[in-house]
Amino acid sequence: MQASRDDFVIAIRSAFLKKENKQKFSLIALILLALIILAFEKFNFKAVSYLKISLKEIAYRSSFIVSIPENLTKNFYEKTKNHFFVYNENIQLKKDLKDQLSKNYNIEFILSENERLKSTIDDLDYFSDEILAKVLIDRQSPFLKSVIVNKGSRDKVSMGMAVLDDGYLVGKIVEVTYSTSRVLLLSDLNSKIPVDIMPSNLQSILSGTGKDYGTIQYIKDENIIENDSRVFTSGSGNIFKSGIPVGKIEKKPGSAELNVNFFSDFLQLRFVKLISFKKEEN
Amino acid sequence: MSEIGRLNYFRIILEKAPIILLIVSVLNEFDLNYLNLKYFSFNFPFILIYYWSLKRSGSIGYGLIFLSGLFNDVVVGMPIGVSALAYLLICGFSAYLRNITLRPSLVKDWFFFGFTILVVNSVIYVVVSLFFHIQIIYVDILVNILFTFLLYVIFSNLFDYYQRIVFGVVNV
Repeated sequence: MQASRDDFVIAIRSAFLKKENKQKFSLIALILLALIILAFEKFNFKAVSYLKISLKEIAYRSSFIVSIPENLTKNFYEKTKNHFFVYNENIQLKKDLKDQLSKNYNIEFILSENERLKSTIDDLDYFSDEILAKVLIDRQSPFLKSVIVNKGSRDKVSMGMAVLDDGYLVGKIVEVTYSTSRVLLLSDLNSKIPVDIMPSNLQSILSGTGKDYGTIQYIKDENIIENDSRVFTSGSGNIFKSGIPVGKIEKKPGSAELNVNFFSDFLQLRFVKLISFKKEEN
Repeated sequence: MSEIGRLNYFRIILEKAPIILLIVSVLNEFDLNYLNLKYFSFNFPFILIYYWSLKRSGSIGYGLIFLSGLFNDVVVGMPIGVSALAYLLICGFSAYLRNITLRPSLVKDWFFFGFTILVVNSVIYVVVSLFFHIQIIYVDILVNILFTFLLYVIFSNLFDYYQRIVFGVVNV
């Protein structure tokens, strides 16, 4: 019994404490260093922030270059897949186009009416600064749903800016370095934004789930909301302006959950718009 | 003469391939997420580090493993140091297994790998969730562990084959 415990201790000591052949550092020293860095990170030490910034600048750029072969494979795969579904997609698109054209006339009228009404009640209007950015890394880890874009503080990107893909909200800026920024996607578990649900005209919070859809929280009665209801930003809390399209509701039969299918496909993000909204008096 | 020099460079690259592969895998998107497979994800660096520290410990330096862990944290957006700690723990476990093993077998290595990734992912969970208050989904992590565990056998055979070609023999 004593001998087997001794063997265990010797094996552990040899694995962690002894510096092995061809190794410049012992394992325990590096583990301690990692723990120290983690502790400094927890208490926001400046040295770790500087280390993080320098690593980010190197990693994001090299990651973009290193990912080129895989991105090419990805594009090839997408193109091939699209070719196979082109016929059915064409029929669907024709149908959608017809619907959209009829809706456009209504929208034009509603927009002009909205402007007229806003000026009547002296409401505040918004103007926005737009920055077009390219997605450098869209690595989806099991822990965080985020992407890195190639615009940073030198391009006047700031924390909290809205990120749009084809006019649809996809997330917000949560981290800014000199030449890059991190976008926290709406699907991330830690993302929560105030939304309006139309046509019920209900206010709620859209929370990420860590999957490719979101979920509506803090609703008293889920039955009021219909399937396929549209979800827009509400503008509450002055995070985003109101009325940015986010997605549509999907109610599963027999379930109280209200899932939101996002309009934008977060796996296909290539170029996004970073927008900060400022209020402007009419 | 230049032919020999070129061959030497080629050999050096082949010998350093594990560490090059590790750095590439932490920097690029080797996650196949574009296939839209709902519950599929695996951690390639875990397999790579475990295998090479077990079979040929000199081929990947601990310093470089630590550095690639830092890069992985930056790319993935985790608190800096978490992946470095995880990778080094894997090295520790594989070094322990190497020390106690007299007659190595794939099955033993495989099951010990399963145990290792369970422990290491638990450590990641404790650090990320309790100290940094980041919410994570258990199911995703479990699926990731399962696929990483299952794919170890395939990658292990591929790496054995590579070792036989480049080094002429499979160590340990």
